[in-house]
Amino acid sequence: MVSLVAKAAGRETAAGLGNVAFIGVLIVAAGAIFGATRWIGNDYAFFAAYVVVQYIVLGTAWNILGGYTGYVNFGITAFFAIGAYSTVVLYKLTPWLPLPVMIVIGGVMAALVGLGTGYLTLRLRGVFFSIATLALAIVVQTLITNWDFVGGARGAYVLRPKMAPLIGGGYIEYLFLVMLGLCVVALATARAIERSSLGFGFAAIRDDEAAAEASGVPTLKLKLVATALSGGFMGMAGAPLPYYVTYLDPASGFSLNYAVNAIAMPLIGGTSSWLGPVVGAVLVGGLQEYLRVTIASAINVLVAGVLMVAFVILAPQGIVGLFQRKKR
Amino acid sequence: MDASADLLINAVVSGLLLGGFYAVVSIGVAISFGLLDIVNIAHPAVILLGSYVAFIGNTVFGIDPILAAVIMLPAFYFLGVVTYQIYYVAFERRDDQSIRGLSFFFGILFIAEVGLILAFGVDYRSVQAWYAQGNLDLLVIELPWRLLVPFLLGLVTVAGLQMFLSRTFVGRAVQAVAQDQGALRLMAANPARIKRIAFGLSFATAAVAGAALIIIQPVEPSIGREYIGRIFAICVLGGLGSFPGMVIAAVTLGIVESLTATFFGPSWAPAVSFGVLLVTLAVRPNGILGR
Repeated sequence: MVSLVAKAAGRETAAGLGNVAFIGVLIVAAGAIFGATRWIGNDYAFFAAYVVVQYIVLGTAWNILGGYTGYVNFGITAFFAIGAYSTVVLYKLTPWLPLPVMIVIGGVMAALVGLGTGYLTLRLRGVFFSIATLALAIVVQTLITNWDFVGGARGAYVLRPKMAPLIGGGYIEYLFLVMLGLCVVALATARAIERSSLGFGFAAIRDDEAAAEASGVPTLKLKLVATALSGGFMGMAGAPLPYYVTYLDPASGFSLNYAVNAIAMPLIGGTSSWLGPVVGAVLVGGLQEYLRVTIASAINVLVAGVLMVAFVILAPQGIVGLFQRKKR
Repeated sequence: MDASADLLINAVVSGLLLGGFYAVVSIGVAISFGLLDIVNIAHPAVILLGSYVAFIGNTVFGIDPILAAVIMLPAFYFLGVVTYQIYYVAFERRDDQSIRGLSFFFGILFIAEVGLILAFGVDYRSVQAWYAQGNLDLLVIELPWRLLVPFLLGLVTVAGLQMFLSRTFVGRAVQAVAQDQGALRLMAANPARIKRIAFGLSFATAAVAGAALIIIQPVEPSIGREYIGRIFAICVLGGLGSFPGMVIAAVTLGIVESLTATFFGPSWAPAVSFGVLLVTLAVRPNGILGR
């Protein structure tokens, strides 16, 4: 069923592609986007595009657990900030590590926290997991605020190198390229899951967990895999953040905006396929950037929340779902 | 009496008082989550709305914050009824409560918080009342009125709602909804109507809890989030649907937090509720007095 949904969701040509060919398409698309952004020749374009791509990764990460298995993670900021603060720690201890390595380490840390939280709460009804993740965000913030080594409540400064390694140009170009690469990995993973037995297991859990358990689906194991993957990608999305903002404090690292956006974007785009978070992130992220520049920053944070509430009430299948219905 | 024993007694007593306050903060979720099975994670935001209503009543009209809350009870009840109606039509009737229902309340939480920031800014606000300062001296211990009044407010609210649920016809109907909706429908009663009343009541308690909150501490729009973990820790620990269990859990958490704040520093207090929540979920998910 899931592959049917994916087929209907993706374009007809993309739906038939194997995983390797799909990765090829993604890399070409990412290359084209990077080239176009460079052609604009303006640092702002990189800063804005970075945010949108970061939200594609965050939304995809949330969707691997939320959309595929039906377990709602509200603790996005916890995982995101674990990634960001692990980079701060690495920056202080081993500043010579290349950024991609820091990203992987941040992802592993976040995945481990996801595993721990999931192991304690995923045996119960889904709402308990959601509540636990909500509380997790507060407790990780408390820990970071009390941890002087990473700046505590005062925050930490991270010096951004002037030049980008390998590709030349400003460091923001490098950050953007790395985030694009991460996005390719996240999307390829999400789509591969949809078409694998893992994805069918996830869908079985979402549709009827008791029936899935009774038919021999190892539900707890699958839920833990989804939580670890989801948390890991959130951590990886957060890992380059210190270099992007250059000053990170708990209030900005744990901003509720990240959580709301990461949940709103898949719900607005559609949770049934990898395409949903992409559509949602590009639309909402783009709209927010536009509003930030034209009106005021106070309005742009409201947009995601209002759109999310409107969509879950009026169009529960999201934008991708709307198009699917028309096709039938 | 030596200094540390004195410190310990004071920490326990202020924790006890804090517990009474936590009871009135949690009772709204004890109704919505415990009895109606609606996971209203936006409840802290509604409480904060109550705090700002008390703030306006106090600074603009010069009335007592608790009186302001009592005057606004019908408005909060009505807000709850409207919220439940939207929730019922959009999610409960479609049997789609899990992802989208939760996200709905999460969106409400976020919109309410940003709305309060836009309206009042991020400054801390507080109220004026005779009980805002001073202590009640009882031989060895001193009870600050600031904690004592919310404590009493909590006891009165919880006792009143407990009486309502066990003595009145509508109250018993609410308990019936909590037990078996299908059976209630067979008795030709409409579960949605009864749930609407109960959800309205849960919002109404937020007006009282909001007044209690702004008496205890100055508020700013994002502190509601700190209470999410606390409220749900209390409700789960107390056993969903049990008011006496909830009060015991609230007092327990109050004392543990107060001891943590006294001996490890106040910045560690928010972590306590998460620890309690995780341990409860892992060891005894039905709570101490669970059904």
